[in-house]
Amino acid sequence: MAESTNNSSAGRKGLSVRLGKAWEPFTKVPLLGWLLGILVAVALEQLVGTPLAHLVGLSKIPVLFGFVIVLKQPVLLPGTLLYILLIYLLPVGLVARLGAALTNKLAARLLQSPLWVSAIVHVGLLYASLHMWADISDYRDLVLRLTLIAIILTLSLNIVNGYMGEFSCSHPGFMALGAYAASAFTVIFFVEDKVFGSPLLPPALGPFLFPLALIFGGVISALGALLVAIPSFRTRGDYLAIISLAFLFIVKSLIENLEILGGPRGFMSQPDWANLPTVFIWCMGSIWIINNFVSSTLGKSLNAVRDEETAANAMTVNTRRTKMVGFQFAAFWAGVAGGLFAHVMRYVNPGSFGIQKLAEMLAMVYFGGLNSVVGSIVGAVGFNLLSEALRPLELFKWIIIPLLLILVMLYRPTGLIAFREFDIANLLKPKRKSEEEVEHAIATD
Amino acid sequence: MPLLQIDQMTHYFGGLRAVHDYNLEIEPGQIRGLIGPNGAGKTTIFNLITGIYSPTEGDIRLEGKDIFGLQPYQIASLGLGRTFQNLRLWRHMTVLEHVMQARYSKLTYGLLGAFFGTPKRQREEAESRKMSNELLELIGVRHLADQIVVNLPYGAQRRVEMARALATEPKILFLDEPTAGMNTEELAQMMATIRQVHKELGLAIFLIEHRMKFVMELCDIIQTLVFGEVIAEGTPAEIQNNPAVIEAYLGKEIET
Repeated sequence: MAESTNNSSAGRKGLSVRLGKAWEPFTKVPLLGWLLGILVAVALEQLVGTPLAHLVGLSKIPVLFGFVIVLKQPVLLPGTLLYILLIYLLPVGLVARLGAALTNKLAARLLQSPLWVSAIVHVGLLYASLHMWADISDYRDLVLRLTLIAIILTLSLNIVNGYMGEFSCSHPGFMALGAYAASAFTVIFFVEDKVFGSPLLPPALGPFLFPLALIFGGVISALGALLVAIPSFRTRGDYLAIISLAFLFIVKSLIENLEILGGPRGFMSQPDWANLPTVFIWCMGSIWIINNFVSSTLGKSLNAVRDEETAANAMTVNTRRTKMVGFQFAAFWAGVAGGLFAHVMRYVNPGSFGIQKLAEMLAMVYFGGLNSVVGSIVGAVGFNLLSEALRPLELFKWIIIPLLLILVMLYRPTGLIAFREFDIANLLKPKRKSEEEVEHAIATD
Repeated sequence: MPLLQIDQMTHYFGGLRAVHDYNLEIEPGQIRGLIGPNGAGKTTIFNLITGIYSPTEGDIRLEGKDIFGLQPYQIASLGLGRTFQNLRLWRHMTVLEHVMQARYSKLTYGLLGAFFGTPKRQREEAESRKMSNELLELIGVRHLADQIVVNLPYGAQRRVEMARALATEPKILFLDEPTAGMNTEELAQMMATIRQVHKELGLAIFLIEHRMKFVMELCDIIQTLVFGEVIAEGTPAEIQNNPAVIEAYLGKEIET
């Protein structure tokens, strides 16, 4: 910050200093404070959202922070801005700022018990906010669920393209394997279907056994990954990219030609079990497990193999096993995401898992940042929101998004938040003023 | 029984004979040196013994166990640690991470431990962290533990590589030109460090080096390699006065 202000003119310098001063108290707000603020904001929207929207001249609550409205009817810009300010910015800011002292104390108190207690409280608050936000409209609910699935996918692709430093093009293929395998699982066991006949198990059990279906999809993907890994991991370089691309096409044409899975028409009648809480839990679970893995010595072997394979081998790391495990682990999560995707859409067809999907996934990984869990989350959320927000621009959307991507690649070649460890303890800790800072503040006053 | 015994190891790169009929016996606790002009095949010998190349023929035994044809990681976990001539560090990892990574084969928590962060994993990682920090202390780079290696000066990088090799708990440590690119002061420090490591950890050391002063002061027995063949083996004094060695390094005196 300091460097940029030094170069600017005196007037702008004054402004940025003032802005910096205004922002300064907010740096003392712990994550807990922000989550509480968001919770209050979405609660407020539930209570007074509709009347307020009418008041500022909007026909209904803006579904996605007003992007769509503003792009369609620029006249409504002031009303939309006012709505965003009153419903989101002001409440979040006020609660975060005024509650800082309290939330700092709370966060500190929470950290006295094991870390997972604090983590569950934070995740619970996050879920409550998301649930209320998504409650407003089905569209929000769908976008949210697809975004959460995109987070799993991005993390999974980041394991291969970021942590392992290989270039895999087969991820939509793994996703397809997972989607079809999980769909077949639920439809065969729990659904009355024209092709597969009556359910083998009582459908009431279904929602409880749904995790098994997703895991089954993940395992099928991981087995598919073996087919790619065995021939391509003997060497490094472009081989994996080419073989994995071939794999993607093979999977796609395989599904297209399997009449029992619906062929090119697609496969439908999946039960509606991938609701928001289910997708949310799987997303949080995948973040937790993947972060555990990449922060362990076993997981960091992926980095060692990527940076200098000979040295890793000479330092007792079983490089072949490391690559296999990494690749199959990534494929497993792509499969799980595919299973969730199939049960969110309740319809899949081979066309959903083509080059377009691959491009989107690569964009999310490289936009967010290689070798970084936070980066993947930011990439997936950012890309999905942007993609939805720019939907009214239709064709231009596919000019603006690639342009943005080129800009990111030019200025941050490894992505927005690359090569950073996701330190949960640091994220959840209170941000109270230290004694010195307080004294300093008194002295300057 | 010697710690490391190599009999009649020969290696061809295609039709080129890189190493011919190489023999070596290292006793526990010995410091051995391997010298020779550039291109003599010294690093090739290291790579053959540590499994990076597989010898065309020969017999390699570590504590009596045949290690011929094993993978490098297997040989390393049996107790043969090494450094590289042209530093092979992991450019995105910190100093501490380097040393902890080399304890890979000593970890037993398995994939489930890695995925779910089990108490066993926490315990083993904490132990590994503690041991790694002690090693960094011994090698004298503890204060750099959280630095990314590529930001470090060259001498420190060499030390990190050595600490990393020691973390595999080797019985023999192979050092490939440990002082390459160092100035006289760093050289003296490196010599002291090697002596200290040798004394405190009680391991055997086998090193390749170009600086004669360093080799002569440190080693018990030295081999001289020329064109893949050992032309002389003996104590530093014997090597210094060996006419074949002098010829290899300085050339033949023209008879007048």
